[in-house]
Amino acid sequence: MKVVVVGCGKIGQTIVSSLLKEKHDLLCIDSDPAIINEITNSFDVMTICGNGISYDVLKEAGIEKTELFIAVTGSDEFNMLSCLAAKKLGAKQTVARIRNSEYNTSSLEFMKESLNLSMAINPEKFTAEALYNLLKLPSAIKVDTFTSRKFEIVELIVKKGSALIGMSLIDMRKKFSGKFLIGVIERRNEVFIPNGSMTVCEEDKICVVCANSDTHKVLIELGFLQKEAKDVIILGGSKSAHYLAEKLLKGRTNVKIIEKNRDRCEELCESLPSGVDVICGDGMSQDILLEEGISTTDALVALTGSDEQNILISFYAMNQSVPKVISKVNRNELSELSEKLGLDCIVSPKHIIADILVRYARALNATVGSKVESLYSLLDGEAEALEFIVMQDFEYTDIPLKRMQLKKDVLIAGIMRGNDAFIPGGEDCIKANDKVIIIAKGKSLYSLTEIIEGR
Amino acid sequence: MNYKMIFYTVGKVVLIEACLLFLPLITALIYGEWWVAVSFAITMAIAFAVYGLSKFCFTPRDAIIFSKEGLIIVSLAWLIMSFIGCLPFVISGEISSFVDALFETVSGFTTTGASILTNIEGLSHGNLFWRSFTHWIGGMGILVFVMAVASKNNDRSIHILRAEIPGPTVDKLVPRARDTAKILYLIYIAMTAILIVMLLFGGMPLFDSILHACGTAGTGGFGTKNNSIAGYSPYSQWVIAIFMFLFGINFNLYYLVLLGKIKDVFKSGELWTYFFIVFGAIAIITGNILATCHSFGEAIRLSAFQVTSIISTTGFSTANFDTWPTLSKSILLILMLVGGCAGSTAGGFKVSRVVLLGKSLKREFKRVLHPRTASVIKDNGKRVDEATVNGVMSYLTVYVACLIAIFLIISFEPFGLETNLSAVVACFNNVGPGLAGVGPASNFSIYTDFSTVVLTFAMLLGRLEIYPILLTLLPSTWLRK
Repeated sequence: MKVVVVGCGKIGQTIVSSLLKEKHDLLCIDSDPAIINEITNSFDVMTICGNGISYDVLKEAGIEKTELFIAVTGSDEFNMLSCLAAKKLGAKQTVARIRNSEYNTSSLEFMKESLNLSMAINPEKFTAEALYNLLKLPSAIKVDTFTSRKFEIVELIVKKGSALIGMSLIDMRKKFSGKFLIGVIERRNEVFIPNGSMTVCEEDKICVVCANSDTHKVLIELGFLQKEAKDVIILGGSKSAHYLAEKLLKGRTNVKIIEKNRDRCEELCESLPSGVDVICGDGMSQDILLEEGISTTDALVALTGSDEQNILISFYAMNQSVPKVISKVNRNELSELSEKLGLDCIVSPKHIIADILVRYARALNATVGSKVESLYSLLDGEAEALEFIVMQDFEYTDIPLKRMQLKKDVLIAGIMRGNDAFIPGGEDCIKANDKVIIIAKGKSLYSLTEIIEGR
Repeated sequence: MNYKMIFYTVGKVVLIEACLLFLPLITALIYGEWWVAVSFAITMAIAFAVYGLSKFCFTPRDAIIFSKEGLIIVSLAWLIMSFIGCLPFVISGEISSFVDALFETVSGFTTTGASILTNIEGLSHGNLFWRSFTHWIGGMGILVFVMAVASKNNDRSIHILRAEIPGPTVDKLVPRARDTAKILYLIYIAMTAILIVMLLFGGMPLFDSILHACGTAGTGGFGTKNNSIAGYSPYSQWVIAIFMFLFGINFNLYYLVLLGKIKDVFKSGELWTYFFIVFGAIAIITGNILATCHSFGEAIRLSAFQVTSIISTTGFSTANFDTWPTLSKSILLILMLVGGCAGSTAGGFKVSRVVLLGKSLKREFKRVLHPRTASVIKDNGKRVDEATVNGVMSYLTVYVACLIAIFLIISFEPFGLETNLSAVVACFNNVGPGLAGVGPASNFSIYTDFSTVVLTFAMLLGRLEIYPILLTLLPSTWLRK
């Protein structure tokens, strides 16, 4: 599929890299020759140095044959205009990054409609959502939710003393009566889709799939639950901090935002409900952190613009034994490094966006029988979880799962039928209109039929 | 540095060469030249062994390469490929001296067409075929071929493409480097096939047609006859002249033609300059040699053939231009230096660099007159990156420096200024024949082994545009620092 990406900053490059792995034909447009040079050297894509709104540049990019057009420059207005031009010139689907909070209100729908946008993506908002999920389940290092919040997939680290250690997956199923399923296990940098006989060890990273209503119960039974964060300190008054505070306030959580810039502080006070405490001060100063109660808070979220600052503050907070520390780290090499040093909970906005676009691109590929509804990459992209909607013409309906010949490293992790959500056993079967959750390693699935051996 | 990836890729090149050696082997079998066939078989066995060794010893952990690795891969691949390629000549005994065989092979792969053979017609069919076929392989580049047929998609293969395809910048035709390589080779194969058919149509025997088509497509210049193309009909001469002209044009433009964007083709400033130089040179030389020819038609045919042959750095000849007036000889010498367009199979300094140099010179003049003037250099209506302009400037420096150095090294040879200088220019620009002692009627066998090695090196430098070879020779490239 032909994809054009305008704006090749941090987010743009992550999108390019993920879509390239999906074997799409990519063309990148950026006005900065230095960036274009960098892109040409590190990715196998076409590049054009120029303005992504200009008629000539878009024509040169072959816009009339483009199926997906993504505008992710730093400017919302530029992205919107670029998408509009692309749409008028014949691009099939257009996606714009729109992150200004003033556009992300009721005007967003209006804009989307009048500009004919297929999707508006707001990295900050998605980041806030991911952070919110983590604060709700502090023991997890990553939480992803599927459509209509029926299923959750929770990444956990098995710590010393956990009841799971030494238990095989079959035993677990017997003991906990099949309310959850371990979909992926990462052990010493190797990722497995486990079978029933595999046992869990200390220090494993596991991905647990369970119905949303059961998550709390399951985590308590497994000995993983920490209480939900009720006092949260956010460092840095960025846009994502704004969205996160908004969400947390709705859940009656106490939120404190520490931000250096006074003007920005006042803006936050103006736009957020009055429940939030906005402190104007340098979050890097330990005095201020102590004064604002870092030793008693439930969670600290480092959201400043600098990866390095976020990492350092997070280590300080861990030192002060804050129960849950989350930091935003955008650069891959830094997040790998800090993970090695013991910082396990890292959120990276660009990867969240890349996941969304990969899912979108896959869903565009018209396939028979099913449609990709959501997609998450698990354990740093080693495996992925997909949600498919089963169409009427799916060939393998009403066949018990135990009689289906599945490919290696593929797992049917959950089925949603009407208002029910359950982890399927061997007797269950897939029916039309179900939503099915698949966990797979080392492949890019485009349709549900691809999980069957020989297809 | 990713040593394993370097040697792994070089190993793949050797594998491809081993497979390509199958064609001359078959040729030798068809003509019943058993001993020649055996020599090809032995060479193939050696190549397979080298490949097996490289596969056994070097399995790369990752495929991440940077521009440094790209340059080294290309220069090492060309060196090893030349060493293996010269073995059939040595083993079959038709070129007994190893140095001479290496010169002949490098001359083939670099599409130079300079020969040390005094009697080409005495060569066996198998070796004749291999000699011309090396032109065809070297013309578009063997690593481009490897990329098209054998490599996986690699995000960083652009570094290899850039190191092997000549010209100041490399443009991809389609998003993937691999698909770009495929398209380039398809265009190349199609044009070669058309040429073969057209030559057959003119009554040239099949074997000669294929060999001359290979020589023309790669802009090489090895033929089957001692007097090159002079013995063939005027029709064949015109066909070859036109195709030499066509193979000197940037292949990207042919892709645009295939896409139906004819208008964009003629926006290319390089193309117009190339037209201008070629037709200007033809006009001047035709006037200059008119008195020595029987008719105007013959004059224009001879001049057109020689001009297209020299500017595309092919080196076929239909006349001994060494006997022409000095004006014509000077023009031909200048054309040798200019060479064809970037992204073609031709060698030389490249027309696109000349265009950029001219524009940059114009800008400097303007700056002298109006010190405050602000201006950027544009090409095809688009701004040219300052880094590219600077790159062309420094390329000119290193190009002239190499030319001078090689000229100095071989000036102990007692053949006079004209012979030595034109020999260096002809080898360094991958043209083939020079003037006087190395003119179209003579050959490079006059040189001592030492000079032959130096000229062999000059051909490799010229084909890969200097940097890859120089960089591979620098110790600091290999030391861990």
